[in-house]
Amino acid sequence: MEMGRLMDLELARGGSRLALSRALTQVENGTAFNTDEEGFILGVTGAPGVGKSCLVDQLAKAYVKNGEKVAILAVDPSSPVSGGALLGDRLRMDSADLEDLVYMRSVATRGEAGAVPSVVIGMANVLKECGWKRILIETVGAGQSEFRVASIADTILLVEAPGRGDVIQAEKAGIIELVDVVAVNKSDLDGAESTAADISNAISAGSREIQVALVSAHTGDGVDELIEIMENVSGNQFSRTRWRERMHSEWMRLLTMNPDFENILDSLESGDIELSEAIEKMR
Amino acid sequence: MQTPLRIVIAKPGLDGHDRGAKVVARCLRDAGHEVIYTGLRRTPEQIVRTVIDEDADMLGLSSLSGAHGHLFPRTCELLNESEMGHVVVFGGGIIPDNDRDSLYSAGMKAIFGPGTSSQEINDFISAVVERIQREEKIGCGDSNEWRWGD
Repeated sequence: MEMGRLMDLELARGGSRLALSRALTQVENGTAFNTDEEGFILGVTGAPGVGKSCLVDQLAKAYVKNGEKVAILAVDPSSPVSGGALLGDRLRMDSADLEDLVYMRSVATRGEAGAVPSVVIGMANVLKECGWKRILIETVGAGQSEFRVASIADTILLVEAPGRGDVIQAEKAGIIELVDVVAVNKSDLDGAESTAADISNAISAGSREIQVALVSAHTGDGVDELIEIMENVSGNQFSRTRWRERMHSEWMRLLTMNPDFENILDSLESGDIELSEAIEKMR
Repeated sequence: MQTPLRIVIAKPGLDGHDRGAKVVARCLRDAGHEVIYTGLRRTPEQIVRTVIDEDADMLGLSSLSGAHGHLFPRTCELLNESEMGHVVVFGGGIIPDNDRDSLYSAGMKAIFGPGTSSQEINDFISAVVERIQREEKIGCGDSNEWRWGD
């Protein structure tokens, strides 16, 4: 990743959406970008189907109602086979199409899955630089690299839904150690309250206090309360676990961006070298 | 690694059927592109907003409702007004032959009807990429006579 100048930055700072989009594209394609501007990044993660996109849409609408601008980065996995991606989060986010106060961008993880968190940090920095201080990052909580994107956030919200088994699944994935707030979505459905109670119960066995909120992205119930809970979370961003995730992703980025990476994979594939030799070469 | 194309697939107007659009989206994804699907019943304004926010290279419009004669040219017009005339626009759905010339004059580069193979759509995309690499201007705002099937 090269540190470079973004061509459209001046116009983007001045409020041009088009210039902002182009600046984001440059970062997405590998130009690093830092900023001193402050902002607030909320990471929203959870398994497929729990209603993350709908909830992000409701959160965006609630912030807009308060006159705030909201930028959404929705991260979806690229196909490891074709490299393509089907980015369908807009489908459930009509706020993105209706409001000038909402900027919404779909981000595919592309080939270098390990680089995603760094790319998303760069994109969030561009948004902050251009006056989009409130940033929502939605990530599929399905794979480690997708989930890891959330570790760049100031606050992490885990979305759950009733009827998905118990929170032990989330604990197994190590996710619960990173999150600040859990939202049990679909509170309009049967079983949501007992799911929330189960999760609270499981969390209370641990050392960290994590609030559990009931919401319905469908009806909008509980969204304002969830926002209030998130405002009052002290934030876990400097915790050891979160730094560990960021170290992991940065390390993975350095590994996959190494110019010799593909060649060494070739040698491994053809059987010319052993894995231990490959690791030695990468050091 | 080559940067993937970003393609928005959109359903303008009051039209409840999107299986075709979804099949096309899937075929483009499988060909290695990043496809952003808007969902049903979007206005030309919303579609142009999506193309801007996503910084898309291409836009595919799908209509089965018979309103393509208004919605497709209107979308091209708004793209031009928004400095997005470089975007390559193509369409599909139930589009009678007699309607196609006016859509091409509005800046569209291909119209695909029922029975189109995914291979043909991918061939079209490859032809577009080839022309763009030659720095030929074939966006909806460029007065370029080339169209798919010529």
